Amino acid sequence: MSSSKDSPKSGLSRRDFLRAGGAAATSVTGLAGATLETQAQPGQPPASHIPVLGPGPAKISLNVNGREMSTAVEPRVTLLDALRNYLDVTGCKRVCDRGTCGACTVMLEGKPVYSCSMLAVEAQGKAIRTAESLVDGGKLDPVPEKFVQFDAQQCGFCTPGFVVAMRAVLDRNPKATPEDVEQGLQGNICRCGTYEQMRDAIYSLCNRPRRS
Amino acid sequence: MKDIDYAAPKTLAEAVALLDGKGDRARVLAGGTDLIVQVREGRRDIDVMVDVKRIPDLTRLTVDANGLRIGAATPCCDIYEHPEVKKSYPGLVDAAFLIGGIQIQSRASLGGNLCNSSPAGDAIPALIALGAVCVIAGPKGERELPVESFCVSPGRNALARGELLAAIKISAPRTGSGAAYLRFIPRNEMDIAVVGVGVSVVLDAAKSKVVAARIGLGAVAPTPLLVKDAADALVGTTADDAAVENAASLAQAAAKPISDMRGDADYRKHLVAVLVKRTLAIALERARKS
Repeated sequence: MSSSKDSPKSGLSRRDFLRAGGAAATSVTGLAGATLETQAQPGQPPASHIPVLGPGPAKISLNVNGREMSTAVEPRVTLLDALRNYLDVTGCKRVCDRGTCGACTVMLEGKPVYSCSMLAVEAQGKAIRTAESLVDGGKLDPVPEKFVQFDAQQCGFCTPGFVVAMRAVLDRNPKATPEDVEQGLQGNICRCGTYEQMRDAIYSLCNRPRRS
Repeated sequence: MKDIDYAAPKTLAEAVALLDGKGDRARVLAGGTDLIVQVREGRRDIDVMVDVKRIPDLTRLTVDANGLRIGAATPCCDIYEHPEVKKSYPGLVDAAFLIGGIQIQSRASLGGNLCNSSPAGDAIPALIALGAVCVIAGPKGERELPVESFCVSPGRNALARGELLAAIKISAPRTGSGAAYLRFIPRNEMDIAVVGVGVSVVLDAAKSKVVAARIGLGAVAPTPLLVKDAADALVGTTADDAAVENAASLAQAAAKPISDMRGDADYRKHLVAVLVKRTLAIALERARKS
């Protein structure tokens, strides 16, 4: 049940340790794959053959940044919590946890989504991309590179969400204008208020001069 | 979040059987942008989420000479990025493009917006203006319901036990048609409508006189409203200033808003008139160019 072999980091982390304890505790409840006991009304087709997961943990496999990673989560676990707490993919951040701030943004099949507002079980079979995909060895993707160049973050907690959302716009339209990029960021909030520096980064990414 | 079960039926019949068996302990999961937040915050108490996105028809969008059929769980981005929908249904695109931010639009569906049945749901006045029809699947088969009859009170709708919204149908726009949706919010994006207005008009062959019109209002009553009087008052006119003023004041009279944190009742009444005029102007412009 442990996913430590699939974790991005080697060695036993604090998360692995805590998870191992949690896994031992939950294993007695049994895995899902059971069927829902529905009381079909007379004349209705029985629903009992439809596989139902939960409420205990179910084995899932997620494709994260091109790697298949497996773990076991309860259906109530969001994609955000599965990535962070079960798979140790911590680029996506938990801030509002209610689909408004954008810190948890990941790409699902190339589209930006709030990972806090979908279940991990829903994401099976879909390509998930997180901020971790924006660095290759020591080389940064141009989006975070411009963030560094223009000092477009203060505390930096919202930054992974911003860079993923920005990358999604530019992947979709490499000729995006600064306005297009800003349109794609309407679902992200920076509480430090580094928007002006972000604008500098965006204009530079789009090869446009910025009037000050 | 409390413990839940998760089921992902592959057919409508399976979904109906599950929903019928569990009644209001089950809830359909489409984009999840309302449901998951509500369950986590303890605002909705359910035992099972029925994910309908594995049912092919529920996320399918088809557009042909007869009109548009949108699977109820189709995400907003699939609607506003569809070239044919963009061209022929701009009033719907207006609404789909301003529901939440991009991340929400990648997941949230018009069906979910309807089933959440908020008086302020952005898609609903736009769908009312377009004369959309809800296709509802249930234990007794399929039935259809005009979209303006779908919501019955805040958070409640016409779905009975075992029923789910399968699709939304909109007839192909007649020649000389134009539609638009506008809402007022105190910021640029990511907010809930203080007032929302959807308008559709059909002009005659000379593109001068209004031959048909529909106006939908959001966030001014317990449910989104079809304001028939206001729309009918435009028919036969050239939508000159006097006719537009008249329609705006009739819409204003039909609005029965409450006062809340987003605006008081008088303010909302004022906004209805302003937005009806602005939305109508865009719809007319689109009709003239069609």
